[in-house]
Amino acid sequence: MNKILEVRGLSKIYGPGCPQCLESTGPEADTNLCPHCGSVVAIHDVSFDLFEGEILGVMGESGSGKSTVVKNLYFDQAPSSGEAIFFDNDRQYDLFALNAAQQRWLRNHRFGMVYQNPNLGLNFNISAGGNIAERLLMSDLMDYGAIRERAKTLLARTEVLLSRIDDLPKNFSGGMQQRVQIAKALATQPPLLFMDEVTTGLDLSVQARILDLILEIQQELKTAMVVVTHDLGVIRLLTGRAIVMKYGRVIETGLTDQILEDPQHAYTQRLVASAL
Amino acid sequence: MNPPILQVEGYGKHFQLHEQNKLIPSSHNVSFSVRAGELTALIGPTGAGKSSVLKGIYRTYLPSAGRILYRDAMGHELDLALASEHQILELRRCEIGFVTQFLHCLPRQATLDVVAQPLLGLGVPREEARQRAADLLSAMNLPERLWSVSPATFSGGERQRVNLARGFIAKPRLLLLDEPTASLDPKTAECVIGLIEGLKAEGTAMLAIFHHPETTRRLADQVVELAPPPAVEELLKEIA
Repeated sequence: MNKILEVRGLSKIYGPGCPQCLESTGPEADTNLCPHCGSVVAIHDVSFDLFEGEILGVMGESGSGKSTVVKNLYFDQAPSSGEAIFFDNDRQYDLFALNAAQQRWLRNHRFGMVYQNPNLGLNFNISAGGNIAERLLMSDLMDYGAIRERAKTLLARTEVLLSRIDDLPKNFSGGMQQRVQIAKALATQPPLLFMDEVTTGLDLSVQARILDLILEIQQELKTAMVVVTHDLGVIRLLTGRAIVMKYGRVIETGLTDQILEDPQHAYTQRLVASAL
Repeated sequence: MNPPILQVEGYGKHFQLHEQNKLIPSSHNVSFSVRAGELTALIGPTGAGKSSVLKGIYRTYLPSAGRILYRDAMGHELDLALASEHQILELRRCEIGFVTQFLHCLPRQATLDVVAQPLLGLGVPREEARQRAADLLSAMNLPERLWSVSPATFSGGERQRVNLARGFIAKPRLLLLDEPTASLDPKTAECVIGLIEGLKAEGTAMLAIFHHPETTRRLADQVVELAPPPAVEELLKEIA
């Protein structure tokens, strides 16, 4: 098995920051807000490896910094410090040392992202098919017929009715919007996919079908994924390994079955014990 | 003599419950070895930590003490207590199987796919994997009408057969079995015992907990008796 992503010491601080920020925040301090300068230490010193075809779960409650991790890796934000190396076949990229154009190239060609809020992942002013076409155009596919065919294949694969290919995503149900987002993310067959609370807020039956779809895709395409969720059910279903975050720090990491059956940290024990 | 593929030395497991500030002793100072083509049975009273030994080897539990030396197919030895998560995942995929007491599987997945899953993980084409799953399920007397539905609605015995079939199908080098015949009717239990004997003959090393002493007598090449763990106070002194 080959490593696809190596993250080391990733940190993101909102605000001016001060020398006491780090010691005054985190699980022990029970806050991520620095009392001295008012900065928010969203994440600090997050490190993990991701292997090809693996699904890693990032779990924790709201405000634990789990979404910030993927937003930084997908270049939605720039980290305050830290390093991430992306291994792509025989090439490797030092993600935060790349210029904006190189980062955009990776985003469009080699990464995919599915957001909790479809507004962030989809352009609501163009059709479902257009959303996918947009991504294909950005990755240099220019032939109209080929784009249309590829969009149809993707929508069929994610179980979106083809008769709705020309409809605007704003007229879709929440579950359908997530399917279009997944189709769009998969358009370039990226080896690395980020998923941020993709099933949160959906009906249970819709959740189940989206999760099944994600698993099928992972088995077919061997896509490596980082799945951010507060839902232990999603962690159990999708992931092989997981990291647990609290107030911006990683407090525990392990095999998913071990984290759920033999959690080590007090917070993880409480989290697992409070699962429905 | 056939060298052991698994050597457990001084294994211990206790749980630290932070919220209640409690220490729960489970397995304590367990040592034994397991050889290819042999079945080692763990016996002992309830609460002696038999299942904790299996879960520690599979790393569903993080061992608290001791070494778990495993010799892999390439002849390399590693301590499963300290191995990296990716090493463990790789061993689970290729070499070590676990039939747990209760079937855990993905919801909404057809029985045939549940059983075929370990083969898919090894790169066997889907059709062939499903065919082999079908062969095994019919050998275990699971009616064909059940193959296309999820085991969620199955009876205890039917589920356990699915669980066993999934554990047997890839013929792992080391197979951990936690009360595999407990919920089976006598005829199916007999069939499972036959399958265990078959796997043994093919060289699989097995570590098992059986519900019935009679099954242990029939199948075990070696029996390891676990003593109940010490009281909390003594354990605290020991780990201090």
